[in-house]
Amino acid sequence: MAAEEKFTPQTWPESPEQATLEGKNKFIGFWLFLGGETVLFASLFATYLALKDSVPSPDHALAKDLFELPLVFMMTMLLLTSSLTSVFAMYHMKNYNFKKMQTWLFITVVLGFGFLGCEIYEFNHYVHEYEHTFTSSAFGSAFYTLVGFHGGHVTFGLFWIIALMVRNAKRGLNLYNAPKFYLASLYWHFIDVVWVFIFTVVYLMGMVG
Amino acid sequence: MANLQSNSGEPKVNYEYRRKKSAEDMRMQVVTFTMMIFFTVIAFAAVGAGFSKWFILPFVLLLAIVQVVFQLYYFMHMSHKGHAVPQFFMYSGILIAFLTILAFLTIIWW
Repeated sequence: MAAEEKFTPQTWPESPEQATLEGKNKFIGFWLFLGGETVLFASLFATYLALKDSVPSPDHALAKDLFELPLVFMMTMLLLTSSLTSVFAMYHMKNYNFKKMQTWLFITVVLGFGFLGCEIYEFNHYVHEYEHTFTSSAFGSAFYTLVGFHGGHVTFGLFWIIALMVRNAKRGLNLYNAPKFYLASLYWHFIDVVWVFIFTVVYLMGMVG
Repeated sequence: MANLQSNSGEPKVNYEYRRKKSAEDMRMQVVTFTMMIFFTVIAFAAVGAGFSKWFILPFVLLLAIVQVVFQLYYFMHMSHKGHAVPQFFMYSGILIAFLTILAFLTIIWW
């Protein structure tokens, strides 16, 4: 089974992402990476929880002064929906429908940029309206490291998906790039997993104290 | 080559069966997504409604855990066959994650 072999929907394997040895190895390796990412984000969450509201003087804004639910709700909806659209993309990948896969990946990317735009607006707002910066307090450092690291993952994921879409635009699907698309979508879901905890632990729990 | 994945010896039947199965999977994903949206709305509403802190904290945390389980098992296909190794990696990661957060919350204070 050559990686560059041409397929039809009928001959396309059931799990194209694991049909080659390279695909199988990538699959295992990527899940190990996600296990490691879980630990990495846990250390950032732990730091945030330990340093939450640790400010040098009472005139610094605390979590409940900063956060606004409507914006966080909108960001959550954008990212959650983009997770669904990347599931749609993988559904079409498994059915060997390259065009529809590209379309759904494109929608995923658009939603991802929407999320990123909201986050940039949010950080800008905190810095200019509340003087809440990376260096203003331990709370600020922990907050921007955690949420910013997640934002960095979103940015990386977006450029990863765009690179795959552009690189394979004229190639179509084969067993060489199917694992690549599949892993990019796993990464995107993992970003959403992390966000579920961020909106719960940082924002929702931050609002109630 | 024609029957790489064939288990019925009849590629066309096999193909239709796979199409149907993957369409069923897709319906399940949409149901999962609807429930995740629903849980998110409930979590935000609970905070917005201003219930007691001791109700909200465990409640939203529980909703988050349920959502992540959905995400991992349905969106990331961990419920499918051949995911024993990913499960091992993820649960190991989650164990260390839990210990890290527990340690930071109990041993460290300012």
